Amino acid sequence: MTEPEVNPALAAEHGLKPDEYQRILDLIGRVPTFTELGIFSAMWNEHCSYKSSKKWLRTLPTKGPQVICGPGENAGVVDIGDGQAVVFKMESHNHPSYIEPYQGAATGVGGILRDVFTMGARPIAALNSLSFGSPRHPRTKALISGVVRGIGGYGNAFGVPTVGGELRFHSAYDGNCLVNAFAAGIADADKIFYSAASGVGMPVVYLGAKTGRDGVGGATMASAEFDDTIEEKRPTVQVGDPFTEKRLLEACLELMETGAVISIQDMGAAGLTCSAVEMGDKGDLGVRLDLERVPVREERMTAYEMMLSESQERMLMVLRPEKEAVARAIFEKWDLDFAIVGETIAQDRFLVMLNGEVKADLPLKALSGTAPEYDRPWVEPAAPPPLTDIPEIDPSTALLAVMGNPNYCSRAWVWEQYDHMVLADTVVRPGQDAAVVRVNGGPKALAFTSDVTPRYCKANPVEGGKQAVAEAYRNLCATGATPLATTDNLNFGNPEKPEIMGQFVGCVKGIGEACLALDMPIVSGNVSLYNETDGTAILPTPTICAVGLLPDLDAIIPTAPQEGDVAILIGETTGHLGQSALMAELYKAEEGDAPPVDLEAERKAGELVRALHAAGLITAAHDLSDGGLAVAAGEMALAANIGVILADNDLLTAAEWFFGEDQGRYLISVPAERLRETMSQILDAEVPCTHVGHFTGHRLDFAGRAIDLADLRAAHAGGLAAFAG
Amino acid sequence: MKTAVIVFPGSNCDRDLARAFERVSGRPSTMVWHKETALPSGLDVVALPGGFSFGDYLRCGAIAARSPIMRAVAEFAQGGGHVLGICNGFQVLLETGLLPGALLRNAGLNFVCRDVHLNVETTDSPFTNAWHNGGVARIPVAHHDGNYLVDDSLLDRLHGESRVAFTYCDALGNVTDEANPNGSVSNIAGVLSPNRRVLGMMPHPERLCDPALGGSDGAKVFESLLGALAPA
Amino acid sequence: MHARVHITLKPGVLDPQGEAVRHALGAIGFNGVNGVRQGKVIDLDLHGIEPAQAEEQVRQMCEKLLANTVIENYTVEIL
Repeated sequence: MTEPEVNPALAAEHGLKPDEYQRILDLIGRVPTFTELGIFSAMWNEHCSYKSSKKWLRTLPTKGPQVICGPGENAGVVDIGDGQAVVFKMESHNHPSYIEPYQGAATGVGGILRDVFTMGARPIAALNSLSFGSPRHPRTKALISGVVRGIGGYGNAFGVPTVGGELRFHSAYDGNCLVNAFAAGIADADKIFYSAASGVGMPVVYLGAKTGRDGVGGATMASAEFDDTIEEKRPTVQVGDPFTEKRLLEACLELMETGAVISIQDMGAAGLTCSAVEMGDKGDLGVRLDLERVPVREERMTAYEMMLSESQERMLMVLRPEKEAVARAIFEKWDLDFAIVGETIAQDRFLVMLNGEVKADLPLKALSGTAPEYDRPWVEPAAPPPLTDIPEIDPSTALLAVMGNPNYCSRAWVWEQYDHMVLADTVVRPGQDAAVVRVNGGPKALAFTSDVTPRYCKANPVEGGKQAVAEAYRNLCATGATPLATTDNLNFGNPEKPEIMGQFVGCVKGIGEACLALDMPIVSGNVSLYNETDGTAILPTPTICAVGLLPDLDAIIPTAPQEGDVAILIGETTGHLGQSALMAELYKAEEGDAPPVDLEAERKAGELVRALHAAGLITAAHDLSDGGLAVAAGEMALAANIGVILADNDLLTAAEWFFGEDQGRYLISVPAERLRETMSQILDAEVPCTHVGHFTGHRLDFAGRAIDLADLRAAHAGGLAAFAG
Repeated sequence: MKTAVIVFPGSNCDRDLARAFERVSGRPSTMVWHKETALPSGLDVVALPGGFSFGDYLRCGAIAARSPIMRAVAEFAQGGGHVLGICNGFQVLLETGLLPGALLRNAGLNFVCRDVHLNVETTDSPFTNAWHNGGVARIPVAHHDGNYLVDDSLLDRLHGESRVAFTYCDALGNVTDEANPNGSVSNIAGVLSPNRRVLGMMPHPERLCDPALGGSDGAKVFESLLGALAPA
Repeated sequence: MHARVHITLKPGVLDPQGEAVRHALGAIGFNGVNGVRQGKVIDLDLHGIEPAQAEEQVRQMCEKLLANTVIENYTVEIL
């Protein structure tokens, strides 16, 4: 088979800009071979090189006494005491999910699970953050149904509980849905496996499933804007096989126990290329691959195809040669492919051979080290129009409308399709502030939450970025967990547009400030750019997934209050309605600034809520976010099946008081007899608080206007009915 | 009580099940790989765990049922041994022929994971005797293919011989269509063999054995076994 | 009039089910099976459709619903 001639036009087809192609010519002093061009395109695309985002990602706080390993490995590693560590990361599979929702979402879950167990951790929890177009858009139903089935199909079969996440709808996602998948696992803190190879002449071993032509060009696709030619991109879809992944998990963990593994790397985007280069680069070694030894499932595969294949459920390892027989036996036991496909070499060289013929011979360090890096121009996005009219509302019927809306209704239809209980350690199931999963039978437990409010990020990227972290912090605190660390999945439009780059820069700045102030360092993450269709970008969506620690299950704060409890609002209320759920959903007005985030106040309020629970004073707590006081009270009432009576406020309108979205607030429930003690502790902490009502009966009564709890439950339960079936 | 849990590639509730046995009996379970041809000696109970053995490919449980170990499990059952199959384990027991019927795709077509209520239809079995006077148990289901089907004559026989162990019901014990999560005939959630020593059930008792997880009704399945197997 | 639609995975698309079945056949003693690929057969009972248009109609059904043309091929037989 003759290979295409390499020239600037072919380079452009590979997504390489003219200056990038020139950089290749300068680097190697000759025209690259076809395989080499493919390798460069994979290594230098946005997806693998982070060339537009790197400059800003470096500004994020990534360190802390709890951090064992920050960004740069397959996943972040955080100390949870007792010699144990939690290993976690979030990653997007946006474009593949839009093209083939089931397989796109499934392979997204597969990829993130591999990132976790590659490091030696057994996955214990998965979450996902999903953004779809308007519920009325003709494609939305097929997308959500396929994505949810795909996540369930993979996670359920693999055997990891999917315990939480987010689901939102907005017309800005009509042409680009977002599928961000998170996974966390547990490992012994002194038995973490990394990607850096060491030792010359060590066997490079290929493990797992066979290589096909799946997704050849996929990593390039993930960094390209969608346009009318999308149909032509279809054949590159990868198919996930959770059964192989589950066997790969068991085989890898078994192999790691034997001490055979020097280094290990998951084959994700541009699998063999990125994993081999990563291992060599980190270990300051070269790598030689003999591709005829790669297990393949299709005939006549070229070097180019093998190097760019994105076939799933594959790993690359550097093994101790004396343990080869042990390793082979383990993989044979699990019926997985095991092949020595190369070795580490002393020179700084990436040598790819096929049947004795040199297909690529490149300086290995330079492949990642000299990848382009851009300081893209950016501008501060224009402020949104001011919020003009504050409507007069009946707060309880407005609550019915908001909580029946697809954006704020019950997500049970989604999570009932996920096995959220497998492993028998799920303590707090989906649908609460944060999910809680015991660590291998307990008593220790971890809390997980995923948050971002894209409306805020668009209106004010810096405050929006802060708010995403603050809300995650709040959800952990409201569950009783001490926030530990964070992973981020930054989804934006085309970074070559200065206003989009401005959104990115602002959000990263806000996230960095908040993570620093709230002591939640970023330990891993992923960037997804070019989420645009025909020039229209998604809302800036920097998903924040945060992990918190609970020393035991007694530390968990319930969401459900008890009959007769007093409702206390913690934090300051000014009635901020700009970019609120009420205005966006009921009045179609995405106007005004995002609510400002006072990180100091956020921290004090969070610590106070945990202290009140530790003192045994409160029966329940819930964070305030979209929909403000009204939605928080409504959700607590539903959780307890007890009504709630809330008074109005002299200084604010009903809309501002009940639906304002000021940050740093919680609603807590306190038994009447502990009220005095509680108030005095809150006063001592110098956190503003208001006695707003109490939980009782079976009605929600807001300022004298009431609805039945049963009606709220029906509206809340039925909000996704249009997608069911 | 000496127990073994069979592990197929793709099993994913094997550890949960072993933990439940140990919690109730105080003795760890032996994990037995599907490629084995013999069971450990002196076993009281063999359990087939939930999960997706062989990926649920072809038909749920079909490939696992033809694993080498299943011949030994069948012999164990025929010799009067106690066998418990949960979820995918139930599917394997049907494919092996140790229990009658088949499990089809859920009537709602979706995977369903949630707590359900079960009516304990018979206490006359080594898996249900701890309920004493019957009653309602809250135990989760998590499956895609739990829609139990048998033909009418077999159904009559199952009822006539009191071999329906559990039916899906509401919180008050009413066996209604609304309480049926998957469309199973007669709301059947679990069935017994003619000698009552083989139980297959779709719900996962091992997942609610611990008050910390929100309930312990599931523990009664294991406590029943412990009671039934206690030396007289 | 009846139509039969055969739906198969496109060449090169991974078929995890077929692969597992191939393995299982070997494990129970059927050697010499090189590959297994699964598909679907859908039988349609057609009424009020002109025989001349039937094949095209069924093709449309495949394009719009019956097949996932991202990963599957189909063939139509009018019986």
